[in-house]
Amino acid sequence: MSGHVTEIVVFTVLFLLVSGMGFVAARWRRPADLASLDEWELGGRNFGAWITWFLVGGDLYTAYTFVAVPALLFGAGAAGFFAVPYTVIVYPLVFLVMIRLWSVSHVHGLVTPADFVRVRFGSPTLALLVAITGIVATMPYIALQLVGIEAVLKTMGIAGGGFLSDLPLIIAFVILAAYTYQSGLRAPALIAFVKDVLIYVVIMVAIIYIPARLGGWDVIFGRAAEKFAATPAPNDGVLLNANNQLQYVTLALGSALALFLYPHSVTGVLASRNRDVIKRNMSALPAYSLLLALIALLGYMAIAAGVRPIGTDGNTVVPVLFDQMFPDWFAGVAFAAVGIGALVPAAIMSIAAANLFTRNIYREYLNKNATDAQEANVSKVTSLVVKVGAVLFILGIDPQFSIDLQLIGGVIILQTLPSVAIGLFTRWFHRGGLIAGWIAGMGTGMVLLYNISNPVTDHEHFGGSAFQLAKLGLDTKMTVYAGFLALIVNLVVSVLGTLVARAMRAPDGVDGTKPGHYTADEGDPRVKDLDLSGST
Amino acid sequence: MPDEKSDRSPWNWLLLVPIVIPLLPFLFNADEPRLFGFPLFYWLQMAFILLGVGTTTLVYQMTKRGRRRP
Repeated sequence: MSGHVTEIVVFTVLFLLVSGMGFVAARWRRPADLASLDEWELGGRNFGAWITWFLVGGDLYTAYTFVAVPALLFGAGAAGFFAVPYTVIVYPLVFLVMIRLWSVSHVHGLVTPADFVRVRFGSPTLALLVAITGIVATMPYIALQLVGIEAVLKTMGIAGGGFLSDLPLIIAFVILAAYTYQSGLRAPALIAFVKDVLIYVVIMVAIIYIPARLGGWDVIFGRAAEKFAATPAPNDGVLLNANNQLQYVTLALGSALALFLYPHSVTGVLASRNRDVIKRNMSALPAYSLLLALIALLGYMAIAAGVRPIGTDGNTVVPVLFDQMFPDWFAGVAFAAVGIGALVPAAIMSIAAANLFTRNIYREYLNKNATDAQEANVSKVTSLVVKVGAVLFILGIDPQFSIDLQLIGGVIILQTLPSVAIGLFTRWFHRGGLIAGWIAGMGTGMVLLYNISNPVTDHEHFGGSAFQLAKLGLDTKMTVYAGFLALIVNLVVSVLGTLVARAMRAPDGVDGTKPGHYTADEGDPRVKDLDLSGST
Repeated sequence: MPDEKSDRSPWNWLLLVPIVIPLLPFLFNADEPRLFGFPLFYWLQMAFILLGVGTTTLVYQMTKRGRRRP
């Protein structure tokens, strides 16, 4: 630990300062009454373009991204750069989808994707499936934020083994839990601002300073190419090859389709003031993608700098690179940026997961007559439980395993696409067909993931998301994103199931929405009327 | 009751451009030509970010409610 004192001091001071802001946030733009779910969770739903930009950005571009994407490039090369096309296509893809979700949610007072499914398809069962999918997919995502913090702590030499060494991580999450409990979405919205400024500064310095020290971009790409040429692995390299292009494209598309199905992304979008705020953000959010592309290349800088990850934890390459390259005080700033970068999304995710539980499980099945205050309380407590669960998760298992779980999360959240995203445009599907499709897609996804091995991490099953088409009997070495195949199966079964259900005249649920509900905007009396849940 | 506004607009078709182009690896999966030492694979995909921002901004400006009155 001795060589890292300056880093630890700077990290601690910044971390505590920003957490303090989280507590202050409780008083910022404070409504008369925080004791309702809408107020606690969605911050009263009146965030304008700037706050939404920081909030959604802070939500989607997480500490994990900043640590894991460069680690992917460090390990496999070009294939890891999929994160860039993924974050380019996601915004035009959801541009017209999210405004419809905003409108229908504001007309009907919906907070979660499962709420929407409940109203649209009149099926509590389908809504329950969507809610459980959301919670299960979000849990490992929260845990991964801790992987980001843990990588930083390891690099500073204050984490690794034994109970005492886990203490800093536990303290970090106690702080997180305390301030989200106290001030809901206001806390992450306010510190997202600080987090972004810190990360921008660190990255700008990193991409100018580090290449200059290493001898320029030519040298960096050259050394990366040499490294990949020397490894026996067939699918690494600074360019894609014939076998992993399909994987690259389907993973980018599949991840983009999945992103806004995550309950925490929906939370950020619903908190915006009106439809134009969402549209404007969809055009401004890619500014983060540029940052992400530059961050990704830190993986190659690490190769050029001869970085060795700590132990087998590939996620430590970026922190170690900073440690080697930057003066101690600035490395401390960089580490604080990563640590704080973990808190924002973790807070939003735990709020969103808690909300799914409260609205779609607690109120639907456990206490049908819950008051607003009861709901807000259950939500707060669940959000705590979710965070404690995430901490236990990370302390109990190998970090590599949590990354595999995150992959599974992406595959399963994608299976809610027919009900949620397609459901926003058409009511053609029968609820029975959608349930059958969900089961088929989920089953297919699990079988495919189970059959993916990864010799590098020594995992026989669940070793990644690239499925070899040869295993389906096709004569090719090409791989494809498992979630994408599962989604196709899901869609086919949903269509067939719908046709069968119609042919058998199975009773369908009642659609509680009208076409006009999907285009209502701020100022529409229907929107205003149902936006007052804070005072009921 | 206000008018039932629609989201339909021919401008929306433009959104397909930044969705389809980044998914065509034959456009960018090459080393040459390099730009500032970056292989084509990296700088062109970063340029697609600008394509995405440009297109969505244009569609937003042309379809926002403040401007378009039926």
